[in-house]
Amino acid sequence: MGQTTWKLTTAEKLVHLLARLGIRRNDWRVRPGLYRLGNPAPDSPVFVSANYILSFDALREALDGIDGYILVLDTKGINVWCAAGKGSFGTDELVERIEKTSLADEVETRRVMVPQLGATGVCARDVRKRSGFKVDFGPVRAEDIPEFIRNGKATEAMRTVRYDIRDRAVLIPVEGKQGIPLAGGLMLAAYLGDGSIAALGIGSAAAAGLVAFPLLMPWVPGKDFSTKGFVLGGAVAAATAAATVLADDGTSLGWRLGKAASYLLAFPALTSFIALNWTGASTFTSPTGVRKEINRYVPVMAVMGASGIITNVAQRLLRSRKG
Amino acid sequence: MADSKLNTLEYDASLCNRCGLCAAVCPHRVFQNGDSAARLVNPDSCMECGACALNCETGAIKVDSSVGCAQAMMLAALLRKKEPTCC
Repeated sequence: MGQTTWKLTTAEKLVHLLARLGIRRNDWRVRPGLYRLGNPAPDSPVFVSANYILSFDALREALDGIDGYILVLDTKGINVWCAAGKGSFGTDELVERIEKTSLADEVETRRVMVPQLGATGVCARDVRKRSGFKVDFGPVRAEDIPEFIRNGKATEAMRTVRYDIRDRAVLIPVEGKQGIPLAGGLMLAAYLGDGSIAALGIGSAAAAGLVAFPLLMPWVPGKDFSTKGFVLGGAVAAATAAATVLADDGTSLGWRLGKAASYLLAFPALTSFIALNWTGASTFTSPTGVRKEINRYVPVMAVMGASGIITNVAQRLLRSRKG
Repeated sequence: MADSKLNTLEYDASLCNRCGLCAAVCPHRVFQNGDSAARLVNPDSCMECGACALNCETGAIKVDSSVGCAQAMMLAALLRKKEPTCC
């Protein structure tokens, strides 16, 4: 049995920062198994966690001063909720881990506390039938466990998953990472083709989806991710188009209008597509809703994006023919 | 018939044995404990995570649960896979 602590070391905090930035994210795994936390007695509580470092450490830290056991499941380095969605944080793994660690011999209690979000993969009655351990579904967030234990029950707030600005902000680096090469490529292409205003514009359109959208999500007009993305991308496109038309760069007004039109078509589609991809990192979208959103808006995005590129290339061809 | 136009959640209160697990596990407070049966109070907020149905002993709750991630779903469609898988 491993031993762990309530306090995190500086090195562990550094690992958290790296994990949050998406750096070597899959390397930060906890070895599955049973851990002693503090100095537990045989009847101390058993808490179940995932072998994703941020899940395990959030639990350790939240249990400050509480002696107990942590049973770490092998979720392939994935957090509790995502792993529960795929079943790796699930009934089978929990039952097998209870057997592999000889939990029934190590502890006297016959209860285990599973995070509420683990219920997507864990069927409490099957676990009891197969292992003899009763599952108590704890609160959504580990930080509420001490109060949950003190009061013997959960408040509505403890049972509700949230998605406030801090929850969204911490996801920006790891979600945005895959968008950075895309944004960089588009900016380079825009700079070589249309100059610095276009490059700044397309970079801002990408940033609107990668950064502004998650931060401002509840306040942006629109009923779903895609429409909110169209609104934000539309604002960037309008500003870029205005700057392009007003810029006295020696080209004719017709050409500048052509460029502006291409931005008005393509930028909102880009921002909207990035915004749509935030559904995977949100806490409330249903597959049914996301499927509808994809079917309704992805064709619109494709048509707008393609028209924007065609408009841009067309005005360039006309220009070179005249020039 | 689903109880909301926004998702696939179906609840048959006549089958409920009041174990209370649906109200405990739902992260969006779709169910509440009631006197004779669990009450479906917030059907539109269901995100189809499936926790309630998995833990419902009597089969009173049904929902098509899957991954609500656009990237995973579009990838699955492109690769012609049946089930989207995330991360």
